[in-house]
Amino acid sequence: MTVVSSVKNLEALSLTVVAEFDAGVERVWQIWEDPRQLERWWGPPTWPATFEKHEFVPGGEASYFMTGPEGEKARGWWRFVAIDAPHRLEFDDGFADDNGEPVADMGTIHGLVTLEPIGDRTRMTVLSTFEAEEQMEKIIAMGMEEGMNGALGQVDAILAESVSA
Amino acid sequence: MVVDQLRAQHSEQEIDRLFQAFADTTRRDIVRRVTVGEYSVSGLAALYAMSFAAVQKHVAVLERASLVAKEKRGREQIVRANHDGLQRARRLLDEYEVIWRQRADRIADLLAETATAKPGRIQAGNTKTSKTETGKSKDRKGLS
Repeated sequence: MTVVSSVKNLEALSLTVVAEFDAGVERVWQIWEDPRQLERWWGPPTWPATFEKHEFVPGGEASYFMTGPEGEKARGWWRFVAIDAPHRLEFDDGFADDNGEPVADMGTIHGLVTLEPIGDRTRMTVLSTFEAEEQMEKIIAMGMEEGMNGALGQVDAILAESVSA
Repeated sequence: MVVDQLRAQHSEQEIDRLFQAFADTTRRDIVRRVTVGEYSVSGLAALYAMSFAAVQKHVAVLERASLVAKEKRGREQIVRANHDGLQRARRLLDEYEVIWRQRADRIADLLAETATAKPGRIQAGNTKTSKTETGKSKDRKGLS
């Protein structure tokens, strides 16, 4: 399993996911730093993400949209709070309107990503903290859909992989 | 977005209330306490630097969000955890966890793929066990 552990804090509405990868820290950092790589995993295969802006510097902004099966678009924004390459990344993630402008009252998720070497592998820890705002359910609803659609896509990928192996 | 899937299981109002309930530190503290024991409203009120009425209001918000239940016992109002409501909050976080598990799997696939896409090609189908470090390569086509 890629994910080795996860911790949920119900009171703080936070989720910590720890994953380990067969690659060095510098290589894993690229999947955040390079928008072309980022968009290959941020959204599920059925809702792929496209990053139109990705200013990977502290205070920089990113804007992206995810395209659904019917061609519908869901837009999001990031703000890079802190970047300490290749070990630590902090960013806020929220919804955007059709023009890519942040929707202020939709709430944000604060993400803290840390990469640590374990031999020639990498441990990635992602701590996501929700702002407990009344519209937060939309973020989770979006995630849930991702989760469901993604689960199906994942099965396809596993099947394709076992055929080619 | 298709929010319907979530709405099928949790009404919108229900979820609004849930997150509103968690938006306050006193309310989170009350939830924490009543999950391990019973408290009367006046017992809770004694714990915080606020009026009985203010604590009562917090308890009411938690009650509407189905996180706690109130029960009259003699002259006391006993506050207990509502485990069904707490379960629902947990389920929402569970759903978010699924998203991250799938992202991690996609990252692993992406990393395995770039490990084989190098000029000094590693045998296909054996990428996951490869310990070849490709991270220091100049494979940054996304950055111009």
